[in-house]
Parts: sequence; structure tokens; C-alpha cells
Amino acid sequence: MTSPRKHRSPLRPIVVALFTAALSSAVVVGLFGVPRATAQPAPAAAAAPAAPAGLPWYEELANKPIEESGNFWFPKAVNKATDSSDMMFIAVLALSIFFFSAITFLVIYFVWKYRHRPGHKAEPSPAHHDVMEITWTILPTIIVVFLFYYGWRSYIHIVTPPQKAVEVNVRAKQWSWSFTHSNGYSDSDLHVPVDTPVRLVMTSDDVLHAFYVPVLRTKQDIIPRRYTYVWFQATKPGTYSLHCAEYCGTDHSQMGRKYDDKTKSWGRRAVIVVHEKGGYERYLAETGASNDPPEVLGRKLYDKKGCTSCHSVDGSTRVGPSFKGTFGQPVPLQSGGTVPMDENYIRESLMVPSAKARPGFPATAMPSFSGQLKEKEIEGLIAFIKSLQ
Amino acid sequence: MATTQTKHQDGPENEPDFLSIHDGKPLGQRIVGWLTTLDHKRIGMMYLYGILISLIVGGVFALLVRTELWSTGKTLVEQNTYNKFFTLHGAVMVFLVIIPGLPAALGNIILPVQLGAPDVAFPRLNLASFYLWLIGALMLVIAIPFGGLDTGWTLYTPYSLKTQTPVLVAVLAVFILGFSSIFTGLNMLVTIHKFRPQGMGWFQLPLNAWAIYATAIMQVLATPVLGITVGLLAVERFAHIGIFNPQLGGDPVLFQHFFWFYSHPAVYIMIIPAMGVISEMISVFSRKPIFGYRFIAYSSVSLALLSFLVWGHHMFVSGQSRLANMVFSALTFSVGIPSAIKVFNWVSTLYKGDIRLKTPMIYVLAFLLIFTIGGLTGLFLGILSVDVHLHDTYFVVAHFHYVMMGSTLVAFLAALHYWWPKFTGRMYTESIARMCAIGVFFGFNATFLPQFILGSRGMPRRYWDYDPQYTTLHQISTIGAFVLGISMFVAVINLIMSWWNGKRAPRNPWGGTSLEWQAPSPPTLYNFEKPPVIHEIYNYDDLVEVEEDRWERRAPIAVEPSKLKVEDAHTRETVPVEKVEATAAPSSSAPGDDEPGPTATAVEPSSEDDK
Repeated sequence: MTSPRKHRSPLRPIVVALFTAALSSAVVVGLFGVPRATAQPAPAAAAAPAAPAGLPWYEELANKPIEESGNFWFPKAVNKATDSSDMMFIAVLALSIFFFSAITFLVIYFVWKYRHRPGHKAEPSPAHHDVMEITWTILPTIIVVFLFYYGWRSYIHIVTPPQKAVEVNVRAKQWSWSFTHSNGYSDSDLHVPVDTPVRLVMTSDDVLHAFYVPVLRTKQDIIPRRYTYVWFQATKPGTYSLHCAEYCGTDHSQMGRKYDDKTKSWGRRAVIVVHEKGGYERYLAETGASNDPPEVLGRKLYDKKGCTSCHSVDGSTRVGPSFKGTFGQPVPLQSGGTVPMDENYIRESLMVPSAKARPGFPATAMPSFSGQLKEKEIEGLIAFIKSLQ
Repeated sequence: MATTQTKHQDGPENEPDFLSIHDGKPLGQRIVGWLTTLDHKRIGMMYLYGILISLIVGGVFALLVRTELWSTGKTLVEQNTYNKFFTLHGAVMVFLVIIPGLPAALGNIILPVQLGAPDVAFPRLNLASFYLWLIGALMLVIAIPFGGLDTGWTLYTPYSLKTQTPVLVAVLAVFILGFSSIFTGLNMLVTIHKFRPQGMGWFQLPLNAWAIYATAIMQVLATPVLGITVGLLAVERFAHIGIFNPQLGGDPVLFQHFFWFYSHPAVYIMIIPAMGVISEMISVFSRKPIFGYRFIAYSSVSLALLSFLVWGHHMFVSGQSRLANMVFSALTFSVGIPSAIKVFNWVSTLYKGDIRLKTPMIYVLAFLLIFTIGGLTGLFLGILSVDVHLHDTYFVVAHFHYVMMGSTLVAFLAALHYWWPKFTGRMYTESIARMCAIGVFFGFNATFLPQFILGSRGMPRRYWDYDPQYTTLHQISTIGAFVLGISMFVAVINLIMSWWNGKRAPRNPWGGTSLEWQAPSPPTLYNFEKPPVIHEIYNYDDLVEVEEDRWERRAPIAVEPSKLKVEDAHTRETVPVEKVEATAAPSSSAPGDDEPGPTATAVEPSSEDDK
């Protein structure tokens, strides 16, 4: 076993290790070719029949089941700006599997070959070896220099939007999204055109959030009182999931989810809808010309502005009190006493939520809507709450 | 030196055996003796009990988190409760378990003995450090009945300024724990500088001492920043002065800079001592000198220094500037190189060894593979463009668990099994311990390997609810977590059971060369009955296994007289060479030698004797 050819024996396991490593690395990278079968329409499909038939077409699109299955490692990639980051991932994965397999092979081989057994003794071997040590210092250095350089280059591409891009304003708050388009319309789902650069200008009303769409491979923290940006160019139309990636409290995992009053259950979360060619223009045209009666407008705002995540309309208590049957009733105050719930109370609660907070509900949980609602919209919300008797 | 005298006045003289299980005193006096002790081993033992209890608390929270994630939506608890679970899991594990685990508990018990010293440099500071830890730990746990913290252990602003949960109590706890850590660091620095015996130069130090030294540098330099940060957070929370609160003109991202300026070095406070104990054990159980001693020693210190320069890689998508991202990405990669070389050094140490798969060695091999995965997945996160996708997903969760849990905690378990016979004087049941080690390895990988895939598929972290396509991987992970939890629990129980059923440990059960193996097991009050003899570190040539788990130094090194220089010839125990041949026969040395009896009380501190 231990041959007298002293010079060859240390090299042989290393060569075998490198070969094994290359093989296993190829196998794992091969998993990129394996499509991932993910049938996941179950919950969305259950909710689908309950959805009222009268929804506009763009809402129907947003309600469609999310279809983003990719390969073993990733959901499908639909962002032209981040093509290179998947390539980087694959490259580093191959590299990592290579080194890991080589090290694992050597550890197992050495442990087996030099295991303690009768008659076996440790043989003297050098306590350091200059050539080897220099090699394994320089080699990782060269590798990481390359990794850093290519990572940096593709990163610059990810964060540099082209001159002409569709802009959407994003406001994140606990625990809903508001996407405002060029026509002034605010939606709780993000609608964007396909094959067009889109730039989001984002800010938060309360705490840190982060915009994260796995299929776009992009992410950016959202900070209160400051704008941060993210851009992408979606390449495939469809409905994809959209997450908050920076911990923001109770409903962090469910930012922007909808409550269905009819089925009394929580429905889907916020999504990003990538429209077919021409779809986004239609979306803008139809949402811009909204002339709803106040009650209907209020109902829409209740959904779009995220009221639904804290206030129910069926009398159940969430983070905040329910709207149902409250109008005209006396409201107990944290400071003691009561005030009647009238138009002025609603208005003040929208502008300065902590002014007349109710006991049992955290006064700081609700953000102020001061400056964010038009006069007509406030009237709409009041009319909506009035209607919930 | 004068310390000798002082030591005698201060020291708990009336305790013959540091464990004091059978000193015949009434229970009350024994308890007071423990609580007011200045003996580093007793303080270390108290730390160890506290850390093991915290480990169980943090582990229960971890299992609750994993159980909740068994299915989408609600499995066990509502969102707010889940948020408290993962916060407390993180805070308890980081601040109460892995930061003090190796340096304060095992470091305290073992390091002075490894240096042949009677105690640490500042015994009173050492005791103070333990009580600060205890107060901080109690405060952190007391925060639970008062509503529990729900900010995540990172305490990011402005959420931590808005939440209704007791942030002030928690940050005060963190502040106090920080001082505990600083005191330990100071003590270790001074001890390693001043308490080395004559003849033990820096490069004859065990690598564990180098690692503790590097850790201590970071503890002393970085922890004050954490103190300032949580101090500012507390002031901001009750006085609203507008440092971090954007509504008052503050900058919430500034908090992240402050926080990670401590918490990134803290990652190395956790991992470098692990590297130190691994270097010790891999050499001992391979019966081979450690490969590249100097490099491992230097790389500990260089990692400690570099770790101050990479905090920004936690903030690649936080909105910090591109230039900052570029610089931090480049510096982050530079940290990878010393870590990689350490792995190569450890693997090379195995080469041509005589490898004994005792329990600590199984943990060491598990550490090698786990740390390699943890290090390599760090490459993904260091690459800016890939990090944009992986940041704040389960990929990051898996990565830092591979480094902090898989590496540090596995190294902690290894070290615990390695030195347990030394400081308790009892051998644990080897077969159960080995099975647990294997269970820990497979349970750990089953828990966290799927999380890498979850992360690259886009599952964000700190999520109570998730999309249905992630269910299978989450369930594998949860099963793995229970295998891991049960294995660790049984491993600890097995250790504790050895108090009752373990056989007496000899002085040197593993054949180590560092000085602690010359002390009795458990060590006497001042660690050694007679001054230890300094042999060449990591040279196993004249150690002989006289019976299972019992090594003795027999033959003088005849071949290399130059290496004998460091030794005190007159204290060296020489045994005729012929005896070495007759190893099969049971050793003729009296077994009673290893038992610390009442005769061992007349001890003198040893390190002063080489004058």
C-alpha cells in the first residue's frame, strides 16, 4: 500500500480528488437543466370562483395563479438586467462543489487510509511545505479577484437604469404596497409592461421594507423619508409573486394580502403583473378615467391603500378596530371618555391617527395619510364607512 | 513575583478540590463558596451551566420556529408570536450562547491551565464578568413575560423604535452582556501576555491560545461600539432626539452601520475560537504536528483585524453607495483567503497521521465539512450581483447557520467532549457520544442544506407564511432540526450523566501535548501540584498509549536533542526506554496519581517557579 515512491504518493489522492470534484461539480450544475415541476395553483384556484365576476380585466390578471417554476435552483428568470447574476451563481456553484468535493474526498480518503489500527503509526511528514502553501494561497486569491470583478461589473448593470424608463412610484407601509402610475392611479399590485425598462422610485411610510421579486432577481431596501430605486426589464408576461424582504413586523410575510369579505378568508398576497404588449397602455387608459360614486371609490381605496390589512368590514378585530357598524356610534378613547364617530372623527383619524386612539389598539400602528388623499378620496372613504351599517 | 502572595490571600484557600463535591462542608457554605469563588475553573463551570441552559432555551425557540414553518399559514402560533420566537432564538443564541461559549466558558476553564498558570490575570474581573453575563441573561429572558421582543436580534431601526415590545429591557441586557464580553477579553489578553511560563514563547503557545488572543482583541475593540449603538437606540427610544428616527430627521441606515461594525467582528468572535480548538484537536487525534502552525496563528490574528473592515457586506441592498458596496465586496473576499488556507492546513494535518475517531474527532471532521460549505457559500453572498438576489433570503439564513451554528457550535461540542474528562475528571460514554456526533452532523445538514435551495428559489427570511411550493423543503428542514436538537440534547445529557456513571479520567486521555494534560483531572485548586514541564507543542513522539484512553510520556526524545532545550531537565520525568516496549502490560504507575486527593492541597502556583 505505502509504496516506496515517496514523490508520487501524495499527488495521487490529490489527482483523484480533483477528478471526483470535477465530476460532482458537473452533476450538480447539470441540475440547471432539470425543469422543476411545480403545480401550485391550489389556493389561488380555490379563491378564484369566489372572486366576483365583475372585476376589471387587469384585476383578473392579478388574480391568476402564479406560474414561475424554473429549474432545480431557481424560479424562472424574466429580467434582462440580471441575466448575468444567474450565470455568476452557476459559475460559483460549480467552483464551490468542486472545492467541496475535493476537500471531502481528501478528508474521507485520509481518515480511511491513515485510520488507527494495530501496527499503524503516524509517519513523519513536513509540518509545512512552501510550494503547496504558496499555491493554495495564490490560487484562491486569483479566483476571488475574478469573482469580485465580474460580480462588480454585473452589479453595476443591475443598478444603472437606462435613460428612458417607465417610472412607478412605490410607497410601502405596514403591511401593504401602493404603486402609483403616471396617470395618478394607485394600485396595490404592481402592473408593468413587458420588454420595457421600468424604474421604481420607492419610499416607506413607517419602517424599513424591501422590494423583492424572485423572478426578477432583484431587491432593494425601502427607507422612510428617502427614495431608493430599483430597475428591471421584464422579458415574459405573467403574474409573479412580490415579497417584502426586510422584516417589518406582524404581517411581514403577508405584505399586501387581500381579505375576501364573502369567503371570510385571507386571499392572495401582492403580485407583479407583467402585461403583454399594449396591455400596460390599456391599463393606464382605463384606470386613469375613473369616475366612481364616492361609496365605490371608498371601497376601492379601502383595498388599495392597505386599510384592509388592519381594519375589517365584518366586525372582526384585526390590528385596528373594524369599520362595520361603527359610524355614528360613540367611540371610547384611550385617554378616557367617548366621542361620536362622525365625518370629522374619520378625517382626523386619517390625518393624525394617534389623536384620538382607541384603547386596546396600538396608537402608532397606523400611518398618517396626510397629504396622500385627495379631498374627493377622503369623502369616498367616509361614504364607504357610512355604508357599512 | 508578588502575584503569588496576593493569590494566596485572595484565593479560595479552603477549597481543596475545585469541584468541591466531597469536601465535607455544609451545603450552604459550599454554595456560597461557588458563588463567591475567584477560581477561573469554577467561574468557567458556572458560565458553562448558564450557557448550556441558554442553549436549551434557544434550541427550544429554534424548534418552535421550525415547527411553525411545517406548513403554510398558521401551524402552531400567530404571526406576532412567531416573530418573538425567531427574535428570542437569535438573541439568546448569539448573545448568550455562542459569543461567550468558547472564550468565556471553555476558555476560562482551560486557557490558564494550558499556560501552566494558576489562574487568569484578574480573577475578580473574571467573576464580575460572569455576574454581568448572568444579569444580562436574566434581563433578556425576563423580557419574555413582558411581551417578548419582536425586532429580530438585529434591532433594526425604525422598527425597534416603533414596536410596543420591551426594546429598552433588551438593549440594556445587550449593553450589560457587552461588558461581560469586554471583561473576559481583557482578562484573556493580559493572561496570555503575562502568564506564559518562561520557555513558552509565542510560537510554543497552543493554537487555542492564539485564537483566544485574537478573539480577545476583537472583544475589547468592537464591543464598545455595540454598547454605544444600543445606548443611542435607548436614548432615541425614550428621548426622541432624532439619531435613527427618520421622522425626526435621523438616519435608520446609520444604525445598521453601527450595528454591523460590532456584529461583523462578533461573527469572528464566534468562529475564531472554534478554529483554535479545532486546530488543537485535529493535531492530537491525528498524532501529527499541526500543518503550518505559524500560518494558522497569524491567520487568526489577521482575520481578527480584517473583520473590522467588512461590515458593509451586510448592507449591499440597504441603499448604501455603490462605491461602498464595491469596497466592501472586495474586502469581504480578502477575508475568504485566510479561512480557505486554514481548511487546507487542517486537511494536510490528517496526511500520514494515525487517525483516532474519538468523539471529539468526529465533531472535528463534521466541522471541516460544514465549515467548508459555510465558507464557500459566503462566496455567493460576497458577489454583489448574486447577493442582490440572495440577500435576506433563506440562503443567508443557511449560510450563517453553517458558520455560526454548524461550525462554532459543533466546535464547541467537540471542545466540550475533548476537555470534559480534564475538568470534570470523568469519562463520558463514548458510544453514545459518537452516535450523537453523527446525529448532529446529519441533522444539521438536513436542516440547513434545503435552506440554501429555498433561498435561491426566493424564499425570504423571517417569514411566518410562505408560498406552497416551498413546503417540501421546509418540512425536510424541520425534520432535520428535530434530529439535530435531539442529538445535541442527548449529547449534553450523556456528558452530565458521566458525573454519576463515568469512570475516572486519567491525566491525559487523548495524548495531548499542551500543559493542561499534565494537570490532574480535575485540576487541583491552583491547577498543578508540581510545575508542569514544557515539551515541544504538537510533538507526539514520546507519548505512549499505555491503555485505552490513557497516555503517558515515556521515552526521552533521543533523536532531536536540540528540541530539549526548552525543557527543565531536572523536573523531566524519565522512564527507561525498555518500558516503552512493554506497553501491552498495564501501566505500573499508581492509578491513584490521577485522583486529586486531599494531599493535593499543598499546591503552589506554578508559573512563578521558573525563575
